[in-house]
Amino acid sequence: MGLTAKERMAIERHSMAEQPAGFRNRNFEEVPYGYTPDEAVAEAQRCLSCKNRPCVSGCPVEVPIPEFIALVTEKRFTEAARLIKTKNVLPAVCGRVCPQETQCEAVCIQGKKDKTQAVAIGNLERFAADFERENNPMEAPEVQDKNGLKVAIIGSGPSGLTVAGDLIRFGYEVTIYEAFHRGGGVLVYGIPEFRLPKKVVETEIKALEDTGVTIHYNSVIGRLYTVDDLFKRLGFSAVFIGVGAGLPIFLDIPGMNLNGVFSANEYLTRSNLMKSYLFPQYKTPVIVGKGVAVIGGGNVAMDSARTAIRLGAEKVTIVYRRAREQMPARAAEVHHAEEEGIEFRLLSSPVEIFRNDQGWVTGMKCQRYELGEPDESGRRRPVPIENSFFEFDCDLVVVSIGGKANPLITRTTPDMEVNKWGYIVTDPWGRTSKRSVYAGGDIVTGAATVISSMGAGRRAAKAIHEDLTKENDETFTPDWW
Amino acid sequence: MYELVEKSEIFNVHKMVIKAPGIADSMKPGQFCIIMATEFSERIPMTVSDWSTDTGTITIYALELGISTLELARMKVGGSLYAVTGPLGTPSEIRHYGTVVLGGGCYGIGGIYPIAKACKEAGNEVISIVEARYSPMFYHEKELQQVSNQVFYATSDGSRGKKGKVEDVIAEMLERGARVDQAFFMGCTQMLERCSEATRPIGIPTKVALNSIMLDGTGMCGACRVTVGGETKFACVDGPEFDGHKVDWRELQQRKSAYTEQEAVVYQSLSHECLAEKKLRGEL
Ligand SMILES: Cc1cc2nc3c(=O)[nH]c(=O)nc-3n(C[C@H](O)[C@H](O)[C@H](O)COP(=O)(O)OP(=O)(O)OC[C@H]3O[C@@H](n4cnc5c(N)ncnc54)[C@H](O)[C@@H]3O)c2cc1C
Ligand SMILES: Cc1cc2nc3c(=O)[nH]c(=O)nc-3n(C[C@H](O)[C@H](O)[C@H](O)COP(=O)(O)OP(=O)(O)OC[C@H]3O[C@@H](n4cnc5c(N)ncnc54)[C@H](O)[C@@H]3O)c2cc1C
Ligand code: SF4
Ligand code: FES
Repeated sequence: MGLTAKERMAIERHSMAEQPAGFRNRNFEEVPYGYTPDEAVAEAQRCLSCKNRPCVSGCPVEVPIPEFIALVTEKRFTEAARLIKTKNVLPAVCGRVCPQETQCEAVCIQGKKDKTQAVAIGNLERFAADFERENNPMEAPEVQDKNGLKVAIIGSGPSGLTVAGDLIRFGYEVTIYEAFHRGGGVLVYGIPEFRLPKKVVETEIKALEDTGVTIHYNSVIGRLYTVDDLFKRLGFSAVFIGVGAGLPIFLDIPGMNLNGVFSANEYLTRSNLMKSYLFPQYKTPVIVGKGVAVIGGGNVAMDSARTAIRLGAEKVTIVYRRAREQMPARAAEVHHAEEEGIEFRLLSSPVEIFRNDQGWVTGMKCQRYELGEPDESGRRRPVPIENSFFEFDCDLVVVSIGGKANPLITRTTPDMEVNKWGYIVTDPWGRTSKRSVYAGGDIVTGAATVISSMGAGRRAAKAIHEDLTKENDETFTPDWW
Repeated sequence: MYELVEKSEIFNVHKMVIKAPGIADSMKPGQFCIIMATEFSERIPMTVSDWSTDTGTITIYALELGISTLELARMKVGGSLYAVTGPLGTPSEIRHYGTVVLGGGCYGIGGIYPIAKACKEAGNEVISIVEARYSPMFYHEKELQQVSNQVFYATSDGSRGKKGKVEDVIAEMLERGARVDQAFFMGCTQMLERCSEATRPIGIPTKVALNSIMLDGTGMCGACRVTVGGETKFACVDGPEFDGHKVDWRELQQRKSAYTEQEAVVYQSLSHECLAEKKLRGEL
């Protein structure tokens, strides 16, 4: 289209229309409505089609960003989505949940002077993917002839789904074992409906099943079968472990086992997976606090706080040890949380939870912190201020300070190497120290992102394919062996 | 999937035999499943009291208490459960102890059976003690007798065996000078606590199968946390069996009561729904 670079630079970034804050904080519907086709085209026109494609290098899976955006300017939305899918199989998810402001949009030339003016790559990705899903019958991908080899995947989070999607196309028989009764991992049990509608995830899983992937739900590996059983009893040729981190951390302070204290995992699983926000139609109860304190500053903390307010809490406070700039949550989520009336008590950390006689939480005592010298990572370290405390009332505490590696599988697979924190050790392609066993996602890296887990899945699928096809050749030993 | 192939009721305990071949294949004594009757249900833990690899079935005994167990109670043979996840939990430690006492109340009457069986097979002298309010409430009797050297009964009204509870039978045994090398208890929380108190003074090693509130059953959420010996443990993966002399019973009781209010709400919502349905069908 005939716009000059200068004209493109003069256009302001288009934000997505959203439910008003004072209205949406009482419902679980998605917050942004998404672009209209006209808005998408207008936003796409801001892209300068830079020759050196800085945004592409900012993307962990190298989505061809300027190219898909060019298709959007031509209103070839479905083609745009399919182009993204060559690199990223879940664009409708990633467009919504990727931390674009630290990835592609962070390095976008349009945002060089003013970060907020980067091309809205995530919004465009979401638009294209939604358009494709809503306007086209699901396209069955091309699948190679069956090669007779069976691969088992443990966990149906983003890493497992990616491995499944790739291997089924290479001609493998693919079986996913998922502990829960629904697939998607954190996408269904962690990230709330108002940020990622579950129908988006369900459509993707249905599409995988349609291409021939078998999903066994309610199957906890490490209990139902060990990894060795998968090879010996069930005849799989390779196993991919994508079970996520999956073990909550509590604080080492008095009162952590009181009624009203939850891990974010529990709180969010109740609300999202078990749909207790629709209680009593769905029968899993959740406690609606009057005053809710959420401890932590990541996406998980924002999701917990915003869930609490939607469930009907009168007041929700985020308690975070560091400063605002250091919050690991996506900028958009912090902003949304603030708009929805969530309070932030920064540079503070709880030292005690108060209780009543019935064992319920009644309040919390916190210590104030200040920023000290930078640590190894360059972040200024929070240091407690002596004798500087404050207290406030709350009846619900959600602990969201991260997780650890769940040992269910690693303990039953003693011949597979883990690091000192219990995460599985792999080479860059996801090969573990145990022959024919691969791993990726949060169980390897610790809590990370959807896109990095998908990237790990993609690399592992490639490694599995390479190793299995070459293994038939007797002389082949992988160089890491 | 998970078809209900057999069902019977002994007062408010419902025996349910469920098709789940994979689970039956991997099941070990002391383990449990997490069950959802329908897509809308809670996930509730149920001890697996028996299983058969031949028929590919597992047997549970569900004590009807609130909405979730009521949903199970209303299921009909031929219907299917929405989800059965298992086996879960660390299996009971089975070895040659010498004389083993197993105490069971409510769902534990069925629940101790596989542990008794395995203990017997491991060459132990197995003494089972079961309690109920009155005589007709016992179940799974013949099976338990087959795997026990002796079975004692205790009833609140004295209609069978000793008038009293499991711990009264134990006290009597100990008075007679019986030697007990290991005790296992399964049943409601008060019973577990009482029995642990009975074995504490003479230091009988005591395992109790705790029944804290659970959600995922894989160690992911911490809903099931209990304090044992001053340490926080996750009952679904570290347990459900723990040293009965080290459990913080007060905390467990409090945590179990966390949802009393919601449980009442949801129970009432169901009864109303069903009354309405019945009216529609002209049954009322
Ligand atoms: C509340 C929350 C919000 C987040 N927000 C964002 C965000 O906005 N943007 C972003 O990029 N990232 C976000 N993340 C992080 C992101 O979701 C994770 O990094 C990503 O989902 C990890 O993917 P995974 O494939 O490793 O496994 P997971 O998504 O953790 O899935 C693992 C799956 O394995 C199953 N499983 C576990 N153990 C077993 C077993 N023994 N047998 C069988 N199955 C098993 C689990 O049930 C689960 O379904 C968020 C995380 C949380 C918790
Ligand atoms: C490892 C384990 C094994 C168990 N085995 C059996 C069994 O074989 N047979 C049996 O009848 N019962 C068993 N239980 C207890 C059973 O899970 C609860 O009685 C059941 O969840 C009650 O649900 P409800 O909705 O019918 O009752 P509710 O009205 O919800 O509650 C009644 C009582 O059950 C407790 N409870 C509620 N929800 C849960 C939950 N999700 N998990 C655990 N307890 C809960 C509450 O503290 C309350 O005291 C077991 C529990 C555990 C932890
Ligand atoms: S850096 Fe920004 S302007 Fe340049 S190609 Fe990428 S999205 Fe377009
Ligand atoms: S039930 Fe979730 S950790 Fe035990």
